[in-house]
Amino acid sequence: MQANVSKVLRWSAVDGPGNRLVLFLQGCNFACPGCHNPHTIGICDSCGDCVPACPRGALSLTGGKIAFDPGLCDQCDLCLRACPISASPMTESLSVADVLALLRANRPFLTGITVSGGEATVHAKFIAALFTAIGADPALAGLTRFIDSNGHLGPLGWQRLMPVTDGLMLDIKAFDPATHAALTGRDNAKSLASARIAQAAGKLYELRFLMVPGFTDSEAEIAALAAFARSLGRVRVKLNAYQHHGVQGAARDWPKMPRAGVEAAAARLRAAGVTEVVTPAVWL
Amino acid sequence: MLDGFQKLRGIVNDPALSAAQKAHALAVQAENLLPYPALDAETREALDARIICDMYEGAAPYRPRYVLADFSVVLQKGSCWLELPPPETLDEALNTLMIAYHHVPSITGMPVYIGQLDALLLPFCDGVSDEELYRKIKLFWRYIDRVLPDAFLHANIGPTDNPVARAVLRVDAELKQIAPNLTLLYDPAVSSEDLLAHAVRNITECSKPHIANHPIHAATFDEAGYGIVSCYNALPLRGGASTLARVNLREVALRSHGTEDFLGTQLPRYVELCARLMQARIDYLYDASGFFQSFLVEEGWIDADRFTAMFGVFGMAEAVNALQDMAGLAGRYGHDAGANALGLRITETLAEMVAARPMRNVWRGRAMLHAQAGLSTDSEATPGIRIAYGTEPDPVAHVQALAPQHRYYASGVSEILTLDETVKANPEAVLQLAKGAFAAGFREFTANVASNDLVRVTGYMIRLSDVARHGAGDGSRTNTTALGAEAAKLTGILSRKPRVVAQERDAGQR
Ligand code: SF4
Ligand code: SF4
Repeated sequence: MQANVSKVLRWSAVDGPGNRLVLFLQGCNFACPGCHNPHTIGICDSCGDCVPACPRGALSLTGGKIAFDPGLCDQCDLCLRACPISASPMTESLSVADVLALLRANRPFLTGITVSGGEATVHAKFIAALFTAIGADPALAGLTRFIDSNGHLGPLGWQRLMPVTDGLMLDIKAFDPATHAALTGRDNAKSLASARIAQAAGKLYELRFLMVPGFTDSEAEIAALAAFARSLGRVRVKLNAYQHHGVQGAARDWPKMPRAGVEAAAARLRAAGVTEVVTPAVWL
Repeated sequence: MLDGFQKLRGIVNDPALSAAQKAHALAVQAENLLPYPALDAETREALDARIICDMYEGAAPYRPRYVLADFSVVLQKGSCWLELPPPETLDEALNTLMIAYHHVPSITGMPVYIGQLDALLLPFCDGVSDEELYRKIKLFWRYIDRVLPDAFLHANIGPTDNPVARAVLRVDAELKQIAPNLTLLYDPAVSSEDLLAHAVRNITECSKPHIANHPIHAATFDEAGYGIVSCYNALPLRGGASTLARVNLREVALRSHGTEDFLGTQLPRYVELCARLMQARIDYLYDASGFFQSFLVEEGWIDADRFTAMFGVFGMAEAVNALQDMAGLAGRYGHDAGANALGLRITETLAEMVAARPMRNVWRGRAMLHAQAGLSTDSEATPGIRIAYGTEPDPVAHVQALAPQHRYYASGVSEILTLDETVKANPEAVLQLAKGAFAAGFREFTANVASNDLVRVTGYMIRLSDVARHGAGDGSRTNTTALGAEAAKLTGILSRKPRVVAQERDAGQR
């Protein structure tokens, strides 16, 4: 089984506990204007629009398929700007066996693997196959398997994934349905349900909440977050601050989230009885 | 001579130096007024061109570069020469050590090794509570930093998990001093995982301690043991190193016509010249200086047979890249498998040559290969076998690129991994990285965490806030700050690349 991968990291201290190999899978079911990695949203249809945009000749259409030569690329990202559907010509297709080989080669350095995106669960079948294979491989024993997700996956999907997953990091983009729709183009019912499913399975590692000024930094949103977190029981809530890094288009004009606002929200969550609240380790 | 007098006058009148710092600088200049140990013309020429380098150790070696005294001797037997009875309590033991340190010289004028502190102090800790131990170690730590303020000065702890090691780690993270520098000897079979985790938490707070792969070092040395001193040099205990000279691999590569000429002709030539340089200096130390007619030898603190010669190399990154250029290959050192393989081949060749060259008055009759961490004045060559500043790949790729070379650098290879600040919220990631590095064969694990005030320069610790003050002309009470300031200006060392991870994904860079 194969998946389209936009990037592999062998070193990440911010995608779960310890050092993790992170697989960024291509494609997303949300369409957030404030996305920090918009080129991971679409799936390339080999239209060829990006080929002339590349100043290094790293791209071509071969047999109707887009081809990318990493040796020529200098990471200028002009091809990403040229793509009409927020895809990337620079992804690679990896099989479960490829990923297992990567894990084995880096095993002593790793605490675990995290699949991220895009939206990881768009590739639920691939993840289930990968995580099952990791669990069955004695050389990879002890690696924890995490998913970083927006939660837009139904109960049947989780039924397949949960037994082979050790931890879920779940993004809740907003609690007010209208705000959620404005921020993502989708309803939030599935995301909230996913949090409950993961918590019931004892696998909700972290609930993440991105504070976007004017959207999700309101009293009402923070109060709803506190109530939701408390309804889950013991849970770790990570607050993130909206920044401009990687953002394209109109959302660049949204203000950045100031540190003081995040810390005030963290204090309110703690006062409301949320068991663990984490704020960003680094402020840019 | 006029020139010499002017230099002396400049030191005497320098308002930024303390009287003690002036005395040391004057001694260095005075030594250099003497004629250099006799060198043949070819060696002299290579030294003058700085293709080989004597680390500016001075013209008349009158003490070994690094002395690792066995302080257990004075703790067990006292000292006739110093009129010290054997200590019986922890206070007496600490007091004895504080006295002893002042009688062990080294190249810096201060001791570079203050001992395997847990092994030395544990016999005096019966009935001492952890809290008492902590308070005493804290006073001792302050004393070291204020009286012997030199970041080359090094304490060792481990590999066992014990109350002294824990107290040292607690105090070190709390005080965040430049001195003493600290190494934890780590042995997965002996040290607890929790001890390693404690050390790693300290790293995320103050970039100390440095962690040594004890099983690899222990196998390199003998029963009498070893210590880690100065810029992560592994040396025989009860001995040390008479001298450290080094070959600038970049300069040798620039004088070569391609890889085969480099490995077959040029490198052997400069390895031989460097060995001659070291031998001339060692001969002076042993035959003329009178150093070994000392109570240190008589009472068994040191043994004249246990001093090695450190055969240093640096500028590997530039050498490999230059040879790649000559071969028309684009791959860069640290990033490309072919370039990394060439680095390994150079290291293997060096190790063979050093092992084949007999040396007089040197431990086991051969020098020990060393990846030298750099001088504050190196502006065109990267320290040791490190990857060039600002171009380092992610820490895992970094370790994997260099690990195969580590086994050859018996007297130490210092590699500094610069980690992004995000690890402060996730020290377990650093723990995993350290374990991976050791499993891959790293002799030593050293990390700087971006945003820590206390950072390593070439191997010693400085406080960034001190460097900023020194730049403003305010002087500093520590010896190494000036070196750090010079290195920061000349070598771009502060641009060692911290990696921002995960927020930043350069899409095309897999
Ligand atoms: S990022 Fe690479 S492939 Fe894309 S346009 Fe730039 S050079 Fe071409
Ligand atoms: S990356 Fe975008 S522009 Fe390029 S071929 Fe694919 S869909 Fe077309």
